[in-house]
Amino acid sequence: MNLLIPFDRLSEEDRPRAGGKAWALSRLGREGFPVPRGAVVPVEAYRAYVGPTGLRERILLELNRKPFEAMRWEEMWDAALRIRNLFLKTPLPESLRAALFAEIEGLFGNRPVAVRSSAPGEDSAGASFAGLHESFLNVRGASAILERIRLVWASLWSDGALLYRQELKLDVSESAMAVVVQELAEGERSGVAFSKSPVEEDVSLVEAVWGLNQGLVDGTVAPDRWVLDRSSGTLFKHIEAERSEAVRLAPEGTRKEPLLPELRNRPPLEDGEVGRVWSLSMEAEKRFGCPQDVEWTFLGGRPFLLQARPVTAGAKGEPGSRAWNLSLRRSFENLKVLRERIEKRLIPALVKEARDLSGVDLDSLEDEELAKVLEIREEALARWTKVYWDEFIPFAHGARLFGQVYNDRMQPEDPFRFIDLLRPGRMIGTDRNARLEEAAERLRQDPALRSSVTAFRDGRDEGDAAVFLEKVSYELGKDTDLALSGQETRRRLAGFLLEMAARPSLPKRSGEAREDLERAFLDRFQGMERTFAEELLDLARASYRLRDEDNIHLGRLERLRNEARDERLRRSGSGNVLSGGEAARAESNPIPVRPRQMVGSPAGPGLARGRARVVRDRRDLLEFKAGEILVCDAIDPNMTFAVPLCAAIVERRGGMLVHGAIIAREYGLPCVTGVPDATERIQSGDTLTVDGYLGIVVVHDPE
Amino acid sequence: MKENDQEVARAVGALLESQRVGVLGTFGAGSPYCSLVGFSFEPGYGRLYFATTRATRKFANLSETGRVALLVDNRGNREEDLHEASAVTAVGPVTELTGREKDRGAAVHLTRHPSLAGFLESPTTALLALDVERYFLVRRFQEVMVLEVKR
Repeated sequence: MNLLIPFDRLSEEDRPRAGGKAWALSRLGREGFPVPRGAVVPVEAYRAYVGPTGLRERILLELNRKPFEAMRWEEMWDAALRIRNLFLKTPLPESLRAALFAEIEGLFGNRPVAVRSSAPGEDSAGASFAGLHESFLNVRGASAILERIRLVWASLWSDGALLYRQELKLDVSESAMAVVVQELAEGERSGVAFSKSPVEEDVSLVEAVWGLNQGLVDGTVAPDRWVLDRSSGTLFKHIEAERSEAVRLAPEGTRKEPLLPELRNRPPLEDGEVGRVWSLSMEAEKRFGCPQDVEWTFLGGRPFLLQARPVTAGAKGEPGSRAWNLSLRRSFENLKVLRERIEKRLIPALVKEARDLSGVDLDSLEDEELAKVLEIREEALARWTKVYWDEFIPFAHGARLFGQVYNDRMQPEDPFRFIDLLRPGRMIGTDRNARLEEAAERLRQDPALRSSVTAFRDGRDEGDAAVFLEKVSYELGKDTDLALSGQETRRRLAGFLLEMAARPSLPKRSGEAREDLERAFLDRFQGMERTFAEELLDLARASYRLRDEDNIHLGRLERLRNEARDERLRRSGSGNVLSGGEAARAESNPIPVRPRQMVGSPAGPGLARGRARVVRDRRDLLEFKAGEILVCDAIDPNMTFAVPLCAAIVERRGGMLVHGAIIAREYGLPCVTGVPDATERIQSGDTLTVDGYLGIVVVHDPE
Repeated sequence: MKENDQEVARAVGALLESQRVGVLGTFGAGSPYCSLVGFSFEPGYGRLYFATTRATRKFANLSETGRVALLVDNRGNREEDLHEASAVTAVGPVTELTGREKDRGAAVHLTRHPSLAGFLESPTTALLALDVERYFLVRRFQEVMVLEVKR
């Protein structure tokens, strides 16, 4: 098997095994374009790695937990993270390693190279995988190159790449990856050029930055931009960037450096050079027969082509779409900006708006006034829900980015170990749970109070109990759904607190493990890298914390909207919509199909057996009995007060960072998320075994 | 039936239609026992047929307990089976057919397995009907759904 094929020996028939990028580079070289020397590791090498090691089947098992098209993007994140860890932990078979090592060493010695993906189907006219797969610059020596090749292979299964292939309806099981290894052209000035703009017919574009073009491609260094007439190359306009930084080679990899003062006022390209770059892109278009998007770099006064691919139209940023997902891959720098916006501007504005909207006595309103209030609240909720998807959820990527860095450096057995490092000292939901725990503790300590509350729950009003429950409600705060007015809700709260008091108090979680983990992690970084690691950890913690807080704040708006909506329904005589849960369950017909084992994703390790409590409405939670298993569609932080009573959590919505998973880890509970139809298939009272190691829920036969 | 239930029922039917041979599980003399059998089914999949000579261990076992399990699967003896293969196990009472029921069953069985004509005609061969109480469908390595057969 030929495991490393130099560009000049690739022919047209090799295209499927060499991938689009390698094939384009070899063709450019043959056509006389200046291209740095390089070679391709063909797809056979990938197959010789994933086949014999069993990796291929393990990947497919991971992806076939549920129908691929039924996976949420967050579940793909999880699957991708697990798969990436498999690659990190699976060494190359020795014979393959030795053969590749010899060929790579023979061709590149200790010269610095770039290691990039070249997937078959990539960079063809219909599909551009630009930015979806990993690439590494400035790698030296066969050992380091082999390690990076493995990571490029792993990126075939990145969440972005998986989603994109799903969108293009490509067969995931047939995916394979070739890898380009190419001598590094350490250009002084670099950029991209579109022979035809993706958005305007008659226009070409050239973009340039000082240094390497990695900063331009990942969006962290703003480029100068020239717009040219596509037919003549006449310059229409030059949009200057605020030049302050450049990406340059570091001892290993690359780093962003401040730009020398004398370069800040100089565009990276002179006018004549813009024309040379433009000509290169037009020449490439002529050779390949369609508009080209090329990457180039200037080296010794001469432009080199680093890459050429067909121009594909940009996708729209609908939630859940590929473009939207790509925005999740915001780099560290972008995430820092986003954090600032969320913490300083968005969350305070959301809190203020919820507060402003809550000061209305709905009872006293005329019908038209009530309709107006409902309309305003609906609008506010819709607006903030959009912000939630556009800004808060992408910020959650901070935690994932950290997870990736953590896993690369630490290679832990459990790819979600990093979450323990992010666990905060306090979260809003955790605060409220602590207050409930305090109330339960008082009941444990005070038998007289306990019997009074028991009497209250059973319908006999007792002075002490009423005062106690009033106080608990007050302490929980006006905005918690537990603190509803009305005798019936108070009785349910009484029952709930008695349940909590009936089991021993929770041990205080120690922060020791977290500190040890943090030290072990940071000790793996030196100098500048360590500063980056510390900053990233801080960012990831903010990201993790906000997943809790934004949900709670949005929950307040939702509650305000629901209050207004319920009030209107009440007046129109449609009855109470809130108690629909029980009624709907009672009339369900015997089901001919029932689950025995349901499969989701393991989201909290552990094993538990108990009765299911299917929660469709927050108020169902007050019925919760100690030792039951919480089964819900999507747990939110407003529901977590029942968690201390749970034996385990089962959630339909998938993902390691969904709230059920986070809170389960917080309390050390077994948890399975992403179980299709969980709340439909499982009935309250069913006996379940929750296997949080494997992500399996067993529904036992009725006893 | 709800859509997701119908999907389970369709998957069971498709698997039975796609296979000709299954693994029969019986129990007797204190021990479990498995055998390969050619099977066929009535439309609707409520009743499955298979045949055996009466001198076999499986016949002795099923005569003793009156119940069997039949596993039908689409594995291809490849690594991919772990995520690709599915299996359905039918469980229920089993009876040896006689008279008009036997004629009906033999016609169904021979349509699916014409080569068994001589075997079925032998006076030493019993034609058996498994009246399925429930199917267990296993897919995606670990997902198990139970389909109750209504009568």
